[in-house]
Amino acid sequence: MKRETIKTIMGYIAGLIFGLGLAISGMTDPARVLGFLDLAGAWDPTLMFVLGAAVVTNFIGYRLVLRRPHPLFAERFQLPTRQDIDGRLIGGAALFGIGWGLSGYCPGPAFASIAGLTGPLVAMLVAMVAGWFLARAIPARG
Amino acid sequence: MDWTASLQGLIGGVLIGLSATWLMATLGRIAGISGIIGTLLTARPQGDSTWRLAFVLGLISGPVVLMLLGGSLGNVAGNGVDVTGEVIGEPAGGVALMLVAGLLVGLGTGLGSGCTSGHGVCGLARLSVRSMVATLTFLVVAIVTVFVVRHMIGGGA
Repeated sequence: MKRETIKTIMGYIAGLIFGLGLAISGMTDPARVLGFLDLAGAWDPTLMFVLGAAVVTNFIGYRLVLRRPHPLFAERFQLPTRQDIDGRLIGGAALFGIGWGLSGYCPGPAFASIAGLTGPLVAMLVAMVAGWFLARAIPARG
Repeated sequence: MDWTASLQGLIGGVLIGLSATWLMATLGRIAGISGIIGTLLTARPQGDSTWRLAFVLGLISGPVVLMLLGGSLGNVAGNGVDVTGEVIGEPAGGVALMLVAGLLVGLGTGLGSGCTSGHGVCGLARLSVRSMVATLTFLVVAIVTVFVVRHMIGGGA
């Protein structure tokens, strides 16, 4: 099989498991996400279990994987190298937090919910993509 | 406390972690959704658009597989969207609110180089300080936002 085909299949499997995980955990329901963020309401701890389990699992997984010389079907591991904390990072994260708190959607669950497409979800996705274009148009310094 | 919902959260979380490990093990890539989809849609194609597109199709088909299995494995807390049963929940607001929220999520994850998956699931697992700062920031701001909307303004989400 051609390497490009194998990479495509590996990408699909990764997305499929990710989407299954989001749906089984209930993260494809904004009500669950907002229930977690609403500390002063009837608090819903589910998201804490999801993020905790995902981070611990992946922490162990990365430990095992990253000691290898290279990935199975690519030449090298492509890991972020930046270490600086700048305004773009914190400001971006803060803007994202506002949008997440308003809607209960972060990018993964929003796209994973396409099978249950509604008018508001279309608006969310279109505006999100517009936001990505906008972010690219804002230069890194200045 | 709803133990079934929590248990499903744990199981789903393990799957998300396994997905991130899988993507690193096979393709050497971080499983950040905003990065994967944002690059796919806004950057000039560089020859590795195919696995990104396949990832997105997989992401969308995950919940569909669960729906085909009957939907009872879903975990919605509110109302599910009709055709999806218990698998996909209804949006928490109308078109106008989602346009604002979507723009903020896109712009914010674009500027901040990541979202809940890239900074949260992958960055925290790498013990990246940048990701810890970003994750703490968007969590706190989202909690404050929900507090303001639900308990100070009232209504809305």
